[in-house]
Amino acid sequence: MFTWIHRFGSAPNVYRLSGVLAPWFGVSAALCIIIGLYLGLVVAPPDYEQGESYRIIYIHVPAAWMSMFAYVVMAVSSAIFLIWRLKVADAVAAAVAPIGAAFTAVALITGSFWGKPMWGTWWVWDARLTSELLLLFLYLGYMALRGALAAPGESSAPSTTAARGAAILAVVGVINIPIIHFSVEWWNTLHQPSTITRFDKPAMHISMLRPLLLMALGAQLLFFHNLTVRLRTGLLQRESRARWVRELAIAQSNTPPGDNTPGASSTVVPEKPEPSA
Amino acid sequence: MTPRRRQRLMLVSLMLLGVSAAVAFGVSAFRQNLMLFHSPSDVAAGVVEEGRAFRVGGMVVDDSVRRDGDSLAVAFDVTDHAETVTVSFEGILPDLFREGQGIVAMGALDATGTFVATEVLAKHDENYMPPEVADALEKAGRMPGTEAGFERAVQVDP
Amino acid sequence: MNALTEFLAMGGYAFYVWASYAAAFVLIGGIVLWSRYELNAARQRIFVRARRTERSR
Repeated sequence: MFTWIHRFGSAPNVYRLSGVLAPWFGVSAALCIIIGLYLGLVVAPPDYEQGESYRIIYIHVPAAWMSMFAYVVMAVSSAIFLIWRLKVADAVAAAVAPIGAAFTAVALITGSFWGKPMWGTWWVWDARLTSELLLLFLYLGYMALRGALAAPGESSAPSTTAARGAAILAVVGVINIPIIHFSVEWWNTLHQPSTITRFDKPAMHISMLRPLLLMALGAQLLFFHNLTVRLRTGLLQRESRARWVRELAIAQSNTPPGDNTPGASSTVVPEKPEPSA
Repeated sequence: MTPRRRQRLMLVSLMLLGVSAAVAFGVSAFRQNLMLFHSPSDVAAGVVEEGRAFRVGGMVVDDSVRRDGDSLAVAFDVTDHAETVTVSFEGILPDLFREGQGIVAMGALDATGTFVATEVLAKHDENYMPPEVADALEKAGRMPGTEAGFERAVQVDP
Repeated sequence: MNALTEFLAMGGYAFYVWASYAAAFVLIGGIVLWSRYELNAARQRIFVRARRTERSR
């Protein structure tokens, strides 16, 4: 029943598909972000209460959303890896972690730059800020665990212990995600409740909301652009001795440099199943 | 799904369930400790003893701000629409501080029941709109609640 | 004050607003560019080695 997942999720297939998708994600992300920045910084009016300082929202909120979204992607891939032993799922989780950490750091830093002028403090240990900081530590812990338990020697394939240990951490840590989201409702926090994800209509004027949603879409697309690029690197490194990589290398030497997709897709389908499948 | 995979699925689910349960217990046990601030109702109910440092949060009562002419000393009332606490503070107030605004103050109660603050932070709400729209809503009396989440604070019993 | 200086001043919040945008630009832009560089480097290294082993068979 799950054989098709294994076939579709085989390293050469995912490598090729990522290569096709990455530029599209990149271009559409750039478009969304450029238009979103223009609308958010130039066109959108100032806020009645916070003046121009609220424009930090166009960075802060998309980064905070992506920090949580990336974690869910990492946790789900880790669970798939733990249950089905799908190595590509482990590669996805490993590729997501640094991206998620970067988005989390941006959410925390921009929040600090917003908190100082508006709240009057760079940092406060309220439930929202603390749980978001914990998210950063989860990402860093995941990366450190992979690094510390990495297989010695020149082989870039991760050791089974590293991959499984890190995957367990990622799955367990997903509990922090609902805590971050509902922290502003469960506890008294300095951080205000959600503006957009309320059950009634968003508490934001449309002229300010449009650039926010564009920036959020841009961040999402940029995430997938970065994920597909990082995933290809990860797959190449861990399968550097696999047959499909050799075939890709040969095919590449016959095509002009710069073309990163193999001329004939049939050459990348392994004749015998990958050991991972 | 092979029996082995089903077994691993069960294992991962059980692990997640176990940790969730542990976290849920921990969170509910320390719910009060994880609160950033107490409401004026908590203060009135005597949750916090005199002299101990804590945070109080609420809305600044209209026309309650009394500034000292010569210094930065200021006194104002903070309410959660059930109880009120008088706060005294000497220092720079945040840009957003104004009457009707939500604030969170760090400090302690003195013998007279006045909250002597060492730090005052502004808590803004989740509404964003252009000034013209805010004016129009204000005129029409349809301004969304600028409660900034304080209405909930009332429900938290000591 | 012309429109550009007014825009850059961000109503007096210039430092906070532009520092936020700069932090995001450096961190997110940095990881995107670094990842692309890493992919090219890995491809170079691994493909060259793969071709060498293929030829030596």
